[in-house]
Amino acid sequence: MKKEEIPQDNGALNKLTKEVVYAVDKDGNYSTDLSTGWEIKTTALDVAWDDIAQRIATAKQKVLNKEASPLLFFMEYRLMDLAIVSAYSGFWKWTIKRHLKPAVFEKLSDKKLQHYAETFNVSIEDLKNMTVHDN
Amino acid sequence: MTTDFTHLQAAHCENGVTINLLKSIGVDKITEPLAFGIGSGLFYIYIPLLKINNGPAIAFRTQPGLIFKRTCKALGIPVVRKKFTSKPEAEKFLQECLNAGRPVGCQVGVYYLSYFPKEYRFHFNAHNLIVYGSEGDTYLISDPVMENTTTLTKYELERVRFAKGALAPRGQIYYPKESKIITDDIMRKAIKSGIKKNADDMLNIPMFFIGTKGIKYTAKKIKSWRDKLGLKDAGLYLAQLVRMQEEIGTGGGGFRYIYGAFLQEAYAYLPNDELLKNSTLMTQAGDLWRTAAVHAAGIYKGRIGSQADFDVMGDYLLEIAEIEKKAFESLSKIKWHS
Repeated sequence: MKKEEIPQDNGALNKLTKEVVYAVDKDGNYSTDLSTGWEIKTTALDVAWDDIAQRIATAKQKVLNKEASPLLFFMEYRLMDLAIVSAYSGFWKWTIKRHLKPAVFEKLSDKKLQHYAETFNVSIEDLKNMTVHDN
Repeated sequence: MTTDFTHLQAAHCENGVTINLLKSIGVDKITEPLAFGIGSGLFYIYIPLLKINNGPAIAFRTQPGLIFKRTCKALGIPVVRKKFTSKPEAEKFLQECLNAGRPVGCQVGVYYLSYFPKEYRFHFNAHNLIVYGSEGDTYLISDPVMENTTTLTKYELERVRFAKGALAPRGQIYYPKESKIITDDIMRKAIKSGIKKNADDMLNIPMFFIGTKGIKYTAKKIKSWRDKLGLKDAGLYLAQLVRMQEEIGTGGGGFRYIYGAFLQEAYAYLPNDELLKNSTLMTQAGDLWRTAAVHAAGIYKGRIGSQADFDVMGDYLLEIAEIEKKAFESLSKIKWHS
C-alpha cells in the first residue's frame, strides 16, 4: 500500500482510536501512519452485525412460539455458543441443550437460573422475560 | 502508584506489548516489525470444520503468545508467565509486580472490555494489554492498539482477565524477567532464525490448510461457497475473511505489510539484497490481499455475486499463494555471510 492510498474512511474503531497502518513511500520504503478506517472493512463488520440482529430476532420469535427457552435468545444476544455458555455457567453442554426446551426451563430452580443470569449479565426476572439493558 | 513506563502505539496488540515491555527494561532496539519478524509472526491457517461466530476460522498470524515468547527467547531474555485459578491470587500477584515497579502484560477477553466500541466486542480472548500502575481501585492501562493510555476499574480488569471460552486467559500475566545488553550480533542471529522459522511455518508444515498451501485450499473453498452456503452466507463468510485480514492490528493486508517492513529493517543489520527483493514481494502480496478484499466487498454488499465473481475471488488467493511461496522459498535459501 502506498502512503497516498491509505484510506481515511469512517469506522467504529474511530470512536476509540485511529489505528496504525504500514505503507510505502515513492521509493518503496516502509513507515507507519494513522488511519481512521477503511470502508471495505467497516462494511464487513456491518454485515456481521446485521446477521447477528437477524439471529436475535429469529431466536426471540422461537421463544415467543414456545419452540425454545429464553436461553436461546440470550445466547444469540451475547454471541455465545454452547461451549461459551458452558464455560461461564458451569453446566455441561448437554444440560444446557435440555434447558433450551421451554418445558424444562420453566421448572428450573432459582439457584440454577442464577447461574444463567450471571452468565448473561441480567437479573433472573429479565432472563425469563427476555429483557435487556444495554451495558 | 505507577511504574516507569512509556506508551507507544503499535498496529498489533501482541507486537505492541512486546516492544513496550522490552523498552520498560531498557531494551530499545526492538521495533514492531522486528518483534513481528523475530517472533516469526506471519502465518496463514484456515481450520476446516471449525466455526467461529458462525463463519470460517481463519488467521493471518501465528498463535497468540508466541511472538512475545519467541522474540524474548531469540534475544536470550528470560520470561515469567503465570496463570491463576484464584481471582484474589491473580490480583495479589499483579499488585506485587506493580509495587516492584514492574509493568506487566495481561492476556484478556474483549467481550467485556469496557473501553472497546460495542461493534468490536466479540468473545475473543487473546487480546493483550499492559498494566503499568494503579490509583485506588483503578488500574492504569496501556492498550498498544490505542493512541493513548486508558484505565479499568479493579472489577472490569478482573472480568476481562477471567473471560471464559476458547483461549481463556485464566488471569495470565507475563513479563521479561531481567534486562540484557542486546548487541548487533544478537540481533543478526535473532533475525536469521526468525526468518528461517517463518519460512518453515509458511512452506513446510505438512497440512493442507496451513501456510501457502492453506491459502490455496481457501481459494478452492471460496469457489464452492456460493453453491454450498447460498449467496447470503457465502457473503458473510467472505466478510469474516476480510475482517480477519484487516481488523484491528494487522497493519493492513493481513500482516503482510508489517512483514515487508521487517525485511527492510532486517537489511540494516544484514545487508543482503534478497531481503529488499522479498520485502517488495510481501508488499505485492499485501496489495493483492487488499484488492481481493475490495472484490469480496462487492459480493457482501450485494453489488455482484455470480459464480464467476467467486471464481475471481478464489483466483486472487491462488495468485497470492504463489507470490508468498516464492518469497519464502527465496528467504529460506539465503546464504548469510555474516
